[in-house]
Amino acid sequence: MTRYILRRLLSAIPVLLGISVIVFAIMAMIPGDPATAILGSYATPENVAALNEDLGLDKPLVQQYFIWLGNMLQGDFGRSFALNRPVLDEVLERFNATLVLAGTSFVFCSVLGIMAGVVSAANQYGAADKAITFVVLLGISIPSFFLGMMMILTFAVNLRWFPASGMWPIYGDRDIWALLDHLVMPAFALSVVATGVIARLSRSAMLEVLRQDFIRTARAKGVPERGVIWRHALRAAMVSIIPVLGIQAGFVLSGAVYIEVVFQWPGIGRMLVDAILRRDILLVQGGVVIVAACYVFFNIVVDVAQSLLDPRIKT
Amino acid sequence: MRAFLGLLARNRLALAGLIVMALVVFFALITPLLPLPDPDVTNTSNRFVPPFSEGALLGTDHLGRDLLSRLMWGTRLSLAVGFAAALIAATIGAAIGIIAGYYGGRTDNIIMRGVDMLMAFPYILLALAIVAALGPGLLNALIAVAAVNIPFFARNIRGITVGIANKEFVDAARLSGMSDARIILTEILPNVIPVIVIAMSTTVGWMILETAGLSFLGLGSQPPQADLGSMLGEARSALITNPHTSIVPGMMILVIVMAINLLGDGVRDALDPRLKSGALNRPLPATLVARDRKPVEPKREGILTLTDLETQFRVKDRVYRAVGGVTLGVRPGECLGIIGESGSGKSVTALSVMGLVASPPGIVTGGSVHLEGEDLIGAPYRRLRTLRGRKVAYIFQDPLATLHPLYRIGDQLIEAISAHRAISGAEGRAKAIELLEAVRIPNAASRIDNYPHELSGGMRQRVGIAMALANDPEVIIADEPTTALDVTVQAQILSLLDDLRRERGLAIVFITHDFGVVGQLCDRVAVMYAGRIVEEGPTRDILDTPRHPYTARLMACVPELGGGRRRLEAIPGLPPAVNDLPPGCAFAERCTRVQPDCRKGDIALEPSGARAVRCLHPVPEQEAAE
Ligand code: SF4
Repeated sequence: MTRYILRRLLSAIPVLLGISVIVFAIMAMIPGDPATAILGSYATPENVAALNEDLGLDKPLVQQYFIWLGNMLQGDFGRSFALNRPVLDEVLERFNATLVLAGTSFVFCSVLGIMAGVVSAANQYGAADKAITFVVLLGISIPSFFLGMMMILTFAVNLRWFPASGMWPIYGDRDIWALLDHLVMPAFALSVVATGVIARLSRSAMLEVLRQDFIRTARAKGVPERGVIWRHALRAAMVSIIPVLGIQAGFVLSGAVYIEVVFQWPGIGRMLVDAILRRDILLVQGGVVIVAACYVFFNIVVDVAQSLLDPRIKT
Repeated sequence: MRAFLGLLARNRLALAGLIVMALVVFFALITPLLPLPDPDVTNTSNRFVPPFSEGALLGTDHLGRDLLSRLMWGTRLSLAVGFAAALIAATIGAAIGIIAGYYGGRTDNIIMRGVDMLMAFPYILLALAIVAALGPGLLNALIAVAAVNIPFFARNIRGITVGIANKEFVDAARLSGMSDARIILTEILPNVIPVIVIAMSTTVGWMILETAGLSFLGLGSQPPQADLGSMLGEARSALITNPHTSIVPGMMILVIVMAINLLGDGVRDALDPRLKSGALNRPLPATLVARDRKPVEPKREGILTLTDLETQFRVKDRVYRAVGGVTLGVRPGECLGIIGESGSGKSVTALSVMGLVASPPGIVTGGSVHLEGEDLIGAPYRRLRTLRGRKVAYIFQDPLATLHPLYRIGDQLIEAISAHRAISGAEGRAKAIELLEAVRIPNAASRIDNYPHELSGGMRQRVGIAMALANDPEVIIADEPTTALDVTVQAQILSLLDDLRRERGLAIVFITHDFGVVGQLCDRVAVMYAGRIVEEGPTRDILDTPRHPYTARLMACVPELGGGRRRLEAIPGLPPAVNDLPPGCAFAERCTRVQPDCRKGDIALEPSGARAVRCLHPVPEQEAAE
């Protein structure tokens, strides 16, 4: 097992390099003089010269890439001129808030999506199946930002159940209850689409498994139907559900952008949007690289979970 | 294409999606012709007019612009951008996919590596990075959304192309000296286009949603021009005071995306052959029963009796009569063999006993099954469940498929017990080891922690038998338990079963297509053909003097134990499809003794002494003995 994990970690290196190349290539598309673009309104001749020196912007692209990569590996992601602080500090701080939001959402959509899919499959073409199928269709069709706005209108403004925005109360304790209070609505809004996708996939995975011979064996043994569905069928279906959880984690992580904007959540998505509008290029670059890298590692976790769940996978 | 449209029309939801989408597109197209106010003309004295007011059906926004007009123009823009993004992504993605798939080798390798890298990004993040580089704006948002969807198309199309590129007609084209470009254009592309269209129909909804999202964030269309997303984004600041300005564009996005999703689902379902064949139907916990006649009393003696049992498969409007009136009985300590070709209905007969026939499509339509005098057909599921495995246990063919692949065999054994009585962990483990020893598995105490795939085929089947023995059942139904095994293992398993029935007084129903196996184990044997018993009697008698021509032919095919690897194809012709049985004898088409009267009417199973045969012109005794 340890060797398998190590091997997977090693195999992440080329992917991470690929990601850095892609991000670098995208940033190289910026029209005009890069130093001026990066500095924006701070583009005094001295600043331009200093930045050119720092990032090697006057050198050939390949060389620039390696300078940039080298800096990153030393934890130097540059400075955000607009915020006047190191990119890494800002990104990590914001990323924390995003992880709280996206992590909650991810747990939420996994549990709810799988349960809905199982119930749906177990009652195929029944009333519960039809109801779930319809709600799921609605869920994957509604833009999360619109849903978020409607939730604010209903549950924050009209019913006053939850605060409308932010991560912490302006006055009062910053304890776990205050956080939960602020977290419920954005986490739910963020999870809806992924819940729908996971529910759909779980349903079809379950239907496929339910026709397998070992299900008939379980029934022939006299295992109660609940055990057949939740213990036998779901366990086998998880093998095809887990990779989709990995993909959906990416959607939740990046879809957080919309929710963070709608709910004023101080996460990295909102930071990126602000940075793009300000043309704070280095901040965008750093944020994208770190989120993408984090996602690569999450996928390794998914693979490891998969190998733990399926003894037939050679580790 | 016609058939496809027909299928789509039958799916009402998809049709609804199609109609809504057609309406939306139609109105988007004619928007410039409609007498609408200019969407961008501001009128600050008329801000936030509520909907359904004079002169502004949907009201006005924060700058006093007419919302209906803005909605229509915004829809037009959103649709255009979404479709354009889908088209660009499909074109470039397909081109990449075709090149990778067609040339294969290193080209393929390098391209697909790149595609995988792109897919390693969380989706929207990549779009944000692209917009960050190009700067906010609708065109740039379009480029970003198209770009992040290219990998999806490239990957799908590559898969299809690889399949086509290896087909004979492509090879033929290559040999005839056609250039690669021409082969791609004339041979590959026409085959790939339907796939591209389907992929587009399922993703265009996403693309509309994503461009709207970027506009919502202020990274897409810039004022005063507005698509649905930026309308929603601008309305956000007035969400609380004037929610209608948000609801109008938001609902529109919802309607469009939902219609496209409905349509896409319909297209996918219409093209999925598995849905049509019912291969994705979930089998109910117990076979459905629809007996129109009164349950019949047992005609045979024994602990388990089947009386006039009828089981059908109903697929769409076709009816397959898999079991057409079977009467059997088995006594404690006795082994009854049921023999026949695949498709003869022997397995379905066996599965009907405990309601294990997959349903839908299976339905028990008549007859009864009595276990110790209790009718099981129509017994409620709860009752059936308590009998399954406890009174009547099954052993199935191919234990690799019939054991759960992800649980240790010990746990599966313990579960067989705990399904019927509470049992502690330690006790269960001890009992499981005992069971494995009873079926002569060496090192049972360590084997118990193995997964099925870690065992040999013979060992796995022993586990299957151990599981059947877990609750000391009265009856074991073994459905071809040795078919997948090689000869020596087969013999071991058979002698194991034989010992067990002698020691424990088990009644065994043994289903097989192999007369050698029957001869070794069974006291009596019933021969099935096309869902009915055609001959029945003590094994020795039948083996010595088969009277039914079918039995005789079956035996001629399989001379000895283990030779059974050779299936029964040696009989010329195929068994009749059980959805259209001929009148009279079902075997008539393949029978060498057939006479005109055989095809006239139903032929009864005629008893004579301990045996019975369903034939008008049975093989004479002397001839049969040879
Ligand atoms: S009834 Fe006639 S056709 Fe049928 S098996 Fe007997 S002889 Fe052959």
